[in-house]
Amino acid sequence: MKVKYFAWVRERVGKAEETIEPPASVRTVEELIAWLSGQSEAYAYAFEKPKVIRAAIDRAHVKQDAAIAGAREIAFFPPMTGG
Amino acid sequence: MTCPVTIRIQEDDFDIAREISVLTSSRTDIGAVVTFSGICRADDDSAKVAALTLEHYPGMAEEEIRRHADEAVSRWPLNGITVIHRVGRLMPGQNIVLVVTASQHRQAAFQAAEFLMDYLKTSAPFWKKEESATGTGWVEAHARDDEAATRWTKS
Repeated sequence: MKVKYFAWVRERVGKAEETIEPPASVRTVEELIAWLSGQSEAYAYAFEKPKVIRAAIDRAHVKQDAAIAGAREIAFFPPMTGG
Repeated sequence: MTCPVTIRIQEDDFDIAREISVLTSSRTDIGAVVTFSGICRADDDSAKVAALTLEHYPGMAEEEIRRHADEAVSRWPLNGITVIHRVGRLMPGQNIVLVVTASQHRQAAFQAAEFLMDYLKTSAPFWKKEESATGTGWVEAHARDDEAATRWTKS
């Protein structure tokens, strides 16, 4: 699946997007955040306060208990500050 | 009732008078137009802001605004909606966002404009990075914006 990062999450991860293949045991957004955090210090830094992170699956907001099965694109970003 | 909805995300500035006339020209059923413009402000809570850089999630930003525009159309008798949000680096005094709502009567136009702005602030995927004399940093979300959006939640 494709993963996109925005704002300070993007800066901390060090890339805007990538393709990942998490193990089948990773079923929810929350579990994906935990799995990514274990991949490197950069991810651990980006997701150090996991509850602050917002997520979208296929361009729609989701809660962290949302299932990731079938997702084409998952995005992680901080709370929005537009307008 | 037809309600054209226009959503644009662009680096370029917008012309408020032109956007009003796009909605109102060649029709006579509109009795009220409300515009809201958000402008880059130099004086923030602490230091003087030198510039703002707006980042967005292409695709989702347009779709999220459209979802709320569609909801506004279903809640109020509207004759037109235009939302323009700028991205890129903006200086104090420059336009950031424009919401235009048109209706037969003012109440619907006022309420829909406020509704759209409240959701633009809290759910449209845009982020502001601020430059000031003390450095550069991402603007933090305000709880007051979340509270403003929750008042539109249907009970």
